[in-house]
Amino acid sequence: MRQRVGLAIALFTFWLLLSGHFTPFLVAAGIGSTVAVLAVCARMRILDSDGQPLHLGARAVGYWLWLSWEMAKSAWDVTKLILSPQPQITPTLVKVRATQSTEVGRVIYANSITLTPGTISLEVENTAIIVHALTREGACSLEEGDMDRRVTRLEANG
Amino acid sequence: MSLLADIISWALILAGSFFTLAGAFGIIRFPDLYTRMHASGVIDPFGVSLILVGLIVQAGLSLISVKLTILILFLGLTSPVACHALGRAARHRGLKPLLADREKPPSIS
Repeated sequence: MRQRVGLAIALFTFWLLLSGHFTPFLVAAGIGSTVAVLAVCARMRILDSDGQPLHLGARAVGYWLWLSWEMAKSAWDVTKLILSPQPQITPTLVKVRATQSTEVGRVIYANSITLTPGTISLEVENTAIIVHALTREGACSLEEGDMDRRVTRLEANG
Repeated sequence: MSLLADIISWALILAGSFFTLAGAFGIIRFPDLYTRMHASGVIDPFGVSLILVGLIVQAGLSLISVKLTILILFLGLTSPVACHALGRAARHRGLKPLLADREKPPSIS
């Protein structure tokens, strides 16, 4: 039920923000679309905490900000490598531990790895992620597990 | 005030353009698919997001900036998935990544 109401509010807000018109016809069409999408989602049985991770709540915003800063730092590192006359790249494959207990947590972790330039998640397993890193230093800093711990904390107390 | 907003937004747009251009260079310069994907990672979520944030500052508080924010979120959710799918597909097809040798690092043209 919580999932249904949350998704309905999110979908209808999305409609209003994208349309920007508040005539009765368009608002009614928005309500109709919201109900239709909810019905389709219910039929597909994707109305659960995996489909709508509402429990992450406001802490997700804090995580986004932290991740943006990490992206900026590693984007700058990769840019320096690209523009240096003799780039010293050391491509590395590593298997990093993923301590998240839920699928949503693992997806967030794998996507965060890919979002930071210089590391790409190639394969997601139950307790580990295979990562391709542009430099050996990048692989090492990932293995220290700071990002892993942050994602685990994000998914944990829901 | 509008001058300050102009300065901030132009700085962000120019920085985004710089990273996008650098990423394009990287796609040409790096040796194999996996390393080139790292270069495209500088463009796709990061450089483009900087340009979009710059445009948000230009737009001010309006529905346009809300739409641009939604665009950034959309980009942040979809582009790593596409990138992961590409790398995973290449790996499953048996494309071996070019790995660094401890003695001699791969040469770059």
